[in-house]
Amino acid sequence: MRHTVSMFVVLSLIWLLNSGFFTGLHLSLGLLSVVLVVWVAYRMDVVDHESAPVHLTLRLPSYYAWLMKELVLSNIDVTKRIWLGKKSISPSMAVLPLSQRTDMGRVIYANSITLTPGTVAIDLNSDTVVVHSLTAGGIEDLRSGEMDRRVSRLEKQK
Amino acid sequence: MLIATTLAILVVMIMALVRAFLGPTIYDRILAVNTFGTKTVLLIAVIGFLFGRPDFLDIALVYALINFISVIGVLRYFEYNDEVAAHEYNEKAETQKES
Amino acid sequence: MDTVVNIVSGACLLLGSFLIFSGGLGLLRFPDFYTRMHAAGITETLATGLILLGLMLLAGWGIVLAKLMMILLFILITSPTASHALAKSAQHGKLAPQLAEPEDQRSR
Repeated sequence: MRHTVSMFVVLSLIWLLNSGFFTGLHLSLGLLSVVLVVWVAYRMDVVDHESAPVHLTLRLPSYYAWLMKELVLSNIDVTKRIWLGKKSISPSMAVLPLSQRTDMGRVIYANSITLTPGTVAIDLNSDTVVVHSLTAGGIEDLRSGEMDRRVSRLEKQK
Repeated sequence: MLIATTLAILVVMIMALVRAFLGPTIYDRILAVNTFGTKTVLLIAVIGFLFGRPDFLDIALVYALINFISVIGVLRYFEYNDEVAAHEYNEKAETQKES
Repeated sequence: MDTVVNIVSGACLLLGSFLIFSGGLGLLRFPDFYTRMHAAGITETLATGLILLGLMLLAGWGIVLAKLMMILLFILITSPTASHALAKSAQHGKLAPQLAEPEDQRSR
């Protein structure tokens, strides 16, 4: 139930922000379309903890803040290497273990790896992830496992 | 400053097009087209501000979504069709390394 | 107050332009597909973020700000998905990456 409600709220917000008209006709049309989408999603049985992850809401902001910091640092690093040229890069590939137990956690981890420039998650299995990195150092940073630990803490229930 | 940003985005779009023409693999081309698409989104947003017409942002929003879906669609098509091309490229690289 | 906001937004736009140009340069300079993907990555994360942040500062409070944030959110969500799909599809197509040193634990 709370997943349905949170989906309804998020969809209504998106509709309101996109429309910018607040007359009776527009609002009722928006309500109609949001209800229709929620009903279709409910019928398709896709309203669950994956499409509306309410249990993550409280812990996400601090993770995002940390991810933004990593994003800026790795952007600076990659930009530096682009200007230094081919000599400064050492492309490498490795299979890394991951400790998340839910699909949601694995996807967040793999997407975080891909989002930070310099490392890309190529393949994802239930307990390993194949990573291609611009430098050997990128692989070492991931192997030290800070991102892995943070995502595991994120997905932990309660 | 908006004009400088517009020019920078246009230059990067040209660079992406050059990469799309050079290839050499189909994946390079798709990557270049994807980059070109996200730069188009930025270009539309910046130009909307440059000409004082923020309505352009709606177009940018729709373009961002269409770009993503088209890239995924094209990849879906080539994932099962381009083993031969990548294979040929790898062999060419091998022979170049040996000679 | 207005001039401060204008200066900060100009700095964001300029820095974003520089980063986006670096990304484009990397797209041309790097030796193989997998490394070029990293160069495209910087044009899609921090560069896009900075340019949109600069525009947000110019926009002020209102529906335009909300739309810019939505564009940023969409790009930040879709770009890793697209990169991952590209990398996986290249891997599936047996495109071999050029590596600096012979790797010890190749997946296949």
